[in-house]
Amino acid sequence: MTTPVAEPRQHSVTLPLTACRVALGLTALLSLALLYFIGVDQGATSLFGSDTHIHEFVHDARHFIGFPCH
Amino acid sequence: MELRYIYRGLGVGLVGGLLAFVFARIFAEPFIQDAIDYEGGRDAAQEALSHAAGLGHAGGGHEEAEVFSRSVQSNIGIGVGMAAFGLAMGGLFVVAYLLVSRRYPGIRPRVLAGLLAGAGFVSLYLVPFAKYPANPPAVGHEETIGDRSILYVTMVAVSVVSLVLAVFAGRWLAGRVGTWNASLLGAVVFFVLVGVAMGLLPPLGHLASNKAEYGTLATETPQPLRDARGAIVYPGFDADLLFRFRFYSVISQLLLWLTLGFGFGALAERLAGAPARVRTPRAVTGAAATDRTSAGAPSGTTAPSAAG
Repeated sequence: MTTPVAEPRQHSVTLPLTACRVALGLTALLSLALLYFIGVDQGATSLFGSDTHIHEFVHDARHFIGFPCH
Repeated sequence: MELRYIYRGLGVGLVGGLLAFVFARIFAEPFIQDAIDYEGGRDAAQEALSHAAGLGHAGGGHEEAEVFSRSVQSNIGIGVGMAAFGLAMGGLFVVAYLLVSRRYPGIRPRVLAGLLAGAGFVSLYLVPFAKYPANPPAVGHEETIGDRSILYVTMVAVSVVSLVLAVFAGRWLAGRVGTWNASLLGAVVFFVLVGVAMGLLPPLGHLASNKAEYGTLATETPQPLRDARGAIVYPGFDADLLFRFRFYSVISQLLLWLTLGFGFGALAERLAGAPARVRTPRAVTGAAATDRTSAGAPSGTTAPSAAG
């Protein structure tokens, strides 16, 4: 009669896990996107055509962080 | 629950990025300006040289319209860039922290934060730097930017994957040869994997277009400019300037990762101690924060049995 104690705990673990996975996935994805725009975009590849505003704006940071620059 | 970690990770990353920016603004910017001045002088010398050789303006002209002035680039631009980079690193760092801490809840938060920051510094920056070091303006040919980007990102990816594999190898070995020896062997695995990748990837100077135009050099660092008789008319890139720039680049990354490791570690320690205490007063009122420290002592004694 004392065993059912463990049951409610299992339910409370499964739901937050998925919400948490979404949060983790989003954080990772947004971080990588940010990294891409600082480090690579409008150099080798460009998402906004031949515009160079992002590249020129973060130019010094890109050099200093170690990413290749023109 | 995890959101509180994520906010803190991003916040600490941002602070680390800002610290790295302050360092860069004070110490590195003068050298970046020197490098840009060198580039300008070299372009002018090149122009004069081809003019004398009767080639007209064969250089093509480097006179693109400036999108942002130097003062914007060297004050705001680098600030935003470094801060955003810190934010991104904080995001990746906290994701790794949460993943690992869930799998191995026994590791103390500040120890795990320190280890992960060290891993991030080595795998995301230091190892790729060893093969393709950070270059100031004037070092690097425009036509190879595509190849250089691919090679750099490849090196970062190889380095991160190698580190993960080395950690798994270390964990697997730990049960057989002991933790100390397994850690050493894991490090050997990492160095071998990364070393093989470095050996296989080409030096930047060996890229086809560079070989065709400049001969076989290891890097893209500008060599002295010579006239038709071989006399040097413009010097090669200053070696001390190159060293300074790279050295400061390493230090600014160290600042960022030290901030992440120790700053987030301290916050995570507090968070890890908090949940058992926060959950009980939340039902009463959120403003009971000041009572938390006094209420923490009695509830803290009952918490381990509930959590365990």
